[in-house]
Amino acid sequence: MKEFIYFAFKNTKFKIGLAILLFFLILAIIGPYVSHYKDPLEYVSMSNLPPSRENWLGTTTFGQDVFTQFVYGLRSTFFIGLFGGGLATIIGLLIGFIAGYKGGLLDDLLMMLTNILIVIPTLALLIIIAAYLPYRGIGIQSVIIGLTAWPWTARAVRAQTLSLRSREFVNLAKITALRPLKIVLEEIAPNMMSYVVMVFILQFAGAILAAVGLDFIGLGPTKGISLGLMLQYSTLWNAIQLGIWWWFIPPGLAITMIVSSLYFLNIGLDEIFNPRLREE
Amino acid sequence: MIKAKDLTKVFNSGLLLSKNIITAVDEVNFEIGRGEILALVGESGSGKSTIGKMMLKLLKPSGGQILLEDKDIFSISNNKEFYSRVQGIFQDPYSSFNPIFKVNRIFKLVRQSFKKEISISEWNDRVEEVLKKVGLNAGDVLNKYIHQLSGGQLQRLLIARALLMDVEVLVADEITSMLDASTRVDVLEALLSLKEIGASILFVTHDLSQAYYISDKIVVLYKGSVVESGSIEKVFSNPMHPYTRMLLDSIPQLDRKWEEDRISVEDFDKSRAAWKEGLCKYIDRCSLADVNCMRPKLKLVEEDHYVACVKI
Repeated sequence: MKEFIYFAFKNTKFKIGLAILLFFLILAIIGPYVSHYKDPLEYVSMSNLPPSRENWLGTTTFGQDVFTQFVYGLRSTFFIGLFGGGLATIIGLLIGFIAGYKGGLLDDLLMMLTNILIVIPTLALLIIIAAYLPYRGIGIQSVIIGLTAWPWTARAVRAQTLSLRSREFVNLAKITALRPLKIVLEEIAPNMMSYVVMVFILQFAGAILAAVGLDFIGLGPTKGISLGLMLQYSTLWNAIQLGIWWWFIPPGLAITMIVSSLYFLNIGLDEIFNPRLREE
Repeated sequence: MIKAKDLTKVFNSGLLLSKNIITAVDEVNFEIGRGEILALVGESGSGKSTIGKMMLKLLKPSGGQILLEDKDIFSISNNKEFYSRVQGIFQDPYSSFNPIFKVNRIFKLVRQSFKKEISISEWNDRVEEVLKKVGLNAGDVLNKYIHQLSGGQLQRLLIARALLMDVEVLVADEITSMLDASTRVDVLEALLSLKEIGASILFVTHDLSQAYYISDKIVVLYKGSVVESGSIEKVFSNPMHPYTRMLLDSIPQLDRKWEEDRISVEDFDKSRAAWKEGLCKYIDRCSLADVNCMRPKLKLVEEDHYVACVKI
């Protein structure tokens, strides 16, 4: 473990990814306390004001404060990543691990379910589910995303489990008389751990992008604000054509940077966990 | 010391409709005495490794028993006790090590599991000594990850691990297949030194010259059944079963070029390939066989020499 931390802070990709992610995370946490307004949807000022001392990121066409919207939107983005991505990771891990470890009929049934979900176009499914719900909050949106994003994780985890289970080092641990629980925790789990972390990171990024996609086509939360909704509103009210850049650049840039930082983290962690990739 | 009695392993694969039953090991009998090396010889898929896995309690037999000093090994519930007496070395050194740890972990775990009474510094001295025996320098290998070492070095680490444990039974599953010719002899010598202190060794191999070099007894497997067994001298000097003869005939010799008139593998009647229940398993490749070759039983042909062939 100490070793992983040592290599983590020697890895540039990991450091860049972590720094960007932490920046936005801290902004999401403390932003709402430092912004001048408490309600992101409140009409607080004149419309279309450029950034100023009073409105740090200007105002929208309706006179809402963009900075307030931005920091609350960041919060929902992280919330969706954490819960939507987390839910998808947990379901995928459970199904993949059980299918790979137990094998047999259970494996066949679980993989049939997974494959069926994989061939259904996720976005179409999301649209249908979202359209059926008259009231949609950020929470429901994350659950919907989590319930549809797990299949590829399950497949990958199943393959990983199958391959680990048949590796000779598991047998070597058995003939060293290690207890089964110790084998799962000390031999198999550390090999899965890096995988789990990376799956979570990719699911986190995937959930954010899925949420933005839903928001943008108008099936986002009916209440509250999110980065995707900011993008949708700004496009809807011709912010791009009218040159109101402070309305759409912050959310667009934040989404791009958060997702890229997650991919940086992913690649960095891969190099940290896998000694074979550590060499310079 | 250790004895296989009617050992059988059947693998089921496929689901309800396309059930596929493979008999990997079919009523195999052998016994390895104290300080004896038994070579288990056969081609890929003949069930050699499956037998090795069963002897290490990694697979449960479908039938028959393995007796360690007349006690069924699957009735020994204390794994620590069992594995301090019976150990194994596997075929693939690369997958025998957990890739995220350094290789010295295998020695640490052995001490934790079996030799807690030995102090760490004394243990390290022992590890160093044993590594020297297999031709490795402790400083060069112990603090490395598996991808920094060669297959031969890894395999010798595993052999060192087995040597450290002064076991009674060792299952060595094709341990020399990853080594180059010069280190191969060192490893075989290491096995012999283990034999000298009274260990029984199951030497699984497909290399007959190595089998002859170190073994006392041999069991030749074909599709999971024993076709010939006995003392290695007798089987090698007077091979009776057509399969054993073919194997011995296919050993490349230093002083002989390939000749046309050796017994050919292709030399069989294709009509006999239609295998039926109860017929000899070797029927489709055998030069002696006819359609009525029923499944033979092992019979004694001379002292310490058994053959399973109805034509003999």
